[in-house]
Amino acid sequence: MSVDGEVGKEVHKPDHPASVGWTRSRKAVLFQDAPLRLEAGGSLGPVEMEYEIYGRLNKSRDNVILICHALTGDAHVAGWDAAPEGPLLEYRKTKPGWWDQMVGPGKAIDTNRFMVLCSNVIGSCYGTTGPSSLNPETGRPWGLSFPMVTIGDWARQQYELLSLLGISRVRAVVGGSMGGQMALEMGLAYPDLMDDLIILSAGHTVTSQGLAFSVVGRHAILNDPDFNNGDYYAGNGPRPLAGLAVARMMAQITYLSEESMGFKFGRRLRGKESPDFTLTGVDFELESYLNHQAESFVKRYDPNSYLYLTRAMDYYDAADKWGGGDLAVMAERLKARTMVVSFSSDWLFPPELCRELVSGLCLARKPVSYVNVPSRYGHDAFLVETETVRRLLTCYLKSFK
Amino acid sequence: MEKLAVSERAENRLDETDRESEGRIVRNALLEGRLNLDADLLNALARAESEPEQSANRNRRWQDGVILNEIPRGAYVLDLGCGEGQLLGRLINEMNVHGQAVEVDPEAAMAAMEHGVPVLNIDISEALGDFRDQSFDFVILESTIQTLKDPMGVLSQMLRVGKRSIVSFPNFGHWRTRVDLAAKGRMPVTPSLPYQWYDTPNIRVLTISDFMDWCRRNAIVVTAAYGISEGKVGPLVEADSLITEEALMFIHRDEERKALAE
Repeated sequence: MSVDGEVGKEVHKPDHPASVGWTRSRKAVLFQDAPLRLEAGGSLGPVEMEYEIYGRLNKSRDNVILICHALTGDAHVAGWDAAPEGPLLEYRKTKPGWWDQMVGPGKAIDTNRFMVLCSNVIGSCYGTTGPSSLNPETGRPWGLSFPMVTIGDWARQQYELLSLLGISRVRAVVGGSMGGQMALEMGLAYPDLMDDLIILSAGHTVTSQGLAFSVVGRHAILNDPDFNNGDYYAGNGPRPLAGLAVARMMAQITYLSEESMGFKFGRRLRGKESPDFTLTGVDFELESYLNHQAESFVKRYDPNSYLYLTRAMDYYDAADKWGGGDLAVMAERLKARTMVVSFSSDWLFPPELCRELVSGLCLARKPVSYVNVPSRYGHDAFLVETETVRRLLTCYLKSFK
Repeated sequence: MEKLAVSERAENRLDETDRESEGRIVRNALLEGRLNLDADLLNALARAESEPEQSANRNRRWQDGVILNEIPRGAYVLDLGCGEGQLLGRLINEMNVHGQAVEVDPEAAMAAMEHGVPVLNIDISEALGDFRDQSFDFVILESTIQTLKDPMGVLSQMLRVGKRSIVSFPNFGHWRTRVDLAAKGRMPVTPSLPYQWYDTPNIRVLTISDFMDWCRRNAIVVTAAYGISEGKVGPLVEADSLITEEALMFIHRDEERKALAE
C-alpha cells in the first residue's frame, strides 16, 4: 500500500469538524514478565509499542474498532501528529494520518460512535520495537540480529495490547493489504475477539507474482554496498538507501495498474517537447514520479524494517497454517462475520485471490460479504477510491447494533 | 371493430390505466363472443370481471410473508438475488436465521449490507459453486428465475445446495398476458411483467404449468405452492394458472425416485 499516494482530494486540517484533530501517540510496554514466544522460533521481550486511539470507549466497552496498518503504515491513522519527532516523522508535518479520509467524527469509521485503535507492528520503525531499536542486551541497534517476526506474532501483539487496555471484545478488525492479512489472522487466532472482520485488498496469502516482486525488493536492499549486513545505524554513516529506493520504486509499480499508470503519466515527457537522449537525466513523467516516491520514502523508512515486514507478508499462508492447506478447513475456525473487498485492477492482491478466500468461507458456510469494486487504480484503489470505500464501510457499519 | 380501435390506441398509450381499460375492453369482447378463445380463459375472465382490479405489484412483499411463515428459527438460508435484503434481514434479525445472500446489483448489495445481510456481490450462477451439497435448509430464488440466462443450471445447483428450494416467478399464463398476446398480438405488459419487449429483464418467462411440467419430468417434489391473485394470497393449484399473477413453490428433489432412476 502506498501511504505517499494520492489519498483523495480533500484534506481535513486539524480544526476541521470531521478531523480527529491533533493526535499524540501512546506507548505501552508488553511482554515484560514473559517474553513473546515468536512463531518462527526465539522470543522477544519486553516490546515497546506505539498506538493511537480516537473516540471514546463506551460504558459497555463494546464499541472498539481495531485498525491494522499496511506495510509502510503506522499507528497514526487519522488527524495531525501534535509532536512529530525525528527524521522518520518529518512527513507527518504536511499530511494527516494515512486513513484520515475514512476515520474521524462523522466519517465512515465514525469516531463519535466507535473507539478506534491502531498500533504499529513489531519490526516496523514507527515507535514499536524493531530492528532499529536498541537491543537491551548489547545497547546497540538490533539490525539483523532482530528475530524474525510473523503476521501471527502481530496478531498476538494486538491481542495483548487489547488485554492491557481491558478490552475483551472488539466490534470489528479492519485492515487493508498487509493489514488485511493481519485482520484475517486475528479472526483465525482469536475467533471470539471480534464480531466482524473487514479485509480490503488482501488475501489469505500473497500470490507467486507478489512474492517475486517482494524478493526483488529485498534483493536490492541486501545487495546495496552500504547495507553492511544490516548494521548501518552508527552516526552519519552511509545507509542502504539506494537499495530501499529500488525496492520502493518497484513496489510502487505493483500498487498502480497498467491503466492508472497510463492515464496518470503515459509516455509523457517531463516539461519538454522532445527527449534529451541521455541515460542519467529524467525525461519521462513516470520516471520523475517514481524517483519522487522513492526519495520521500527513503527519508521515512528503515531498510531493515522493510526486509522484516515484507518477509512476514511473504511467509503468511493462512490456509496452510490453519487448514493444512485447505481454505474451507481454515475458515471453519472463524466466528466473525467477514467482509472482503477487492479492486478489479489490483494485481498485487488480485480479485481472484480474494475470491478464493471468499469461496473458502462459503464452503465453511460462514457469513461473508464480498465486493469486487471496478477500479482503474490497482492495489492503491483501497486508499484512492475513497468514495466507494467510504460508502461500503458506511453501509456495512450501519448494520452494527 | 372495437378491437381494431384498441390496437390503434395501444400504439400511443402505454400507461397503466390505459392498459387496464384496454384489457377490460378486450375482455368484454371475449365474453360477448366476438372473439373466440378457450373455455377456461373465458371462465377466468368471468371470475376476474366480478373482482376489483388489483395487482401483485401493489402487494410486492407477499412472498416475504409466506416465506417468513415457513422458515423455522435458526435455519440456514441462502437468498439468491436478495435485492436490498429486506427478507433475509428480517429472517436474520427476527428469526435468528443463519443467512447468506447473493446480489449482483452493487447498489442493492450495499443496501442489503445496511440490513445486516452478508451478501456476495457477484452473479448467482458464479456464486453457487462455492457452497457444499445440502448445506442450506432453504435456498430462495424470489422473482428472479425469469431473468436468468441459465435457469436450469441455477435450479439444479439450488437443489444440490439446499434441502428445500423456494422459487417464485410471475406467471406468464395469467389471463392478462394471454390476452395481450392472443387477442392483441403484442408482448404482454402487466403489473407483474411491467416491461416492454425491448427493455425487459425477463428473458425466460414461464407459466405455472411450464414449471410444474419441469418438476414432473425431473423428479422434483413440490411440497407447497402459493399464488397471488387479484391481491389475495393463497394456496395454489395448477388450475388457477389463469388468475394467478405470481407463484411461489417449495421444491426439493425426490430422492427415492432419483435413487430408483440410478
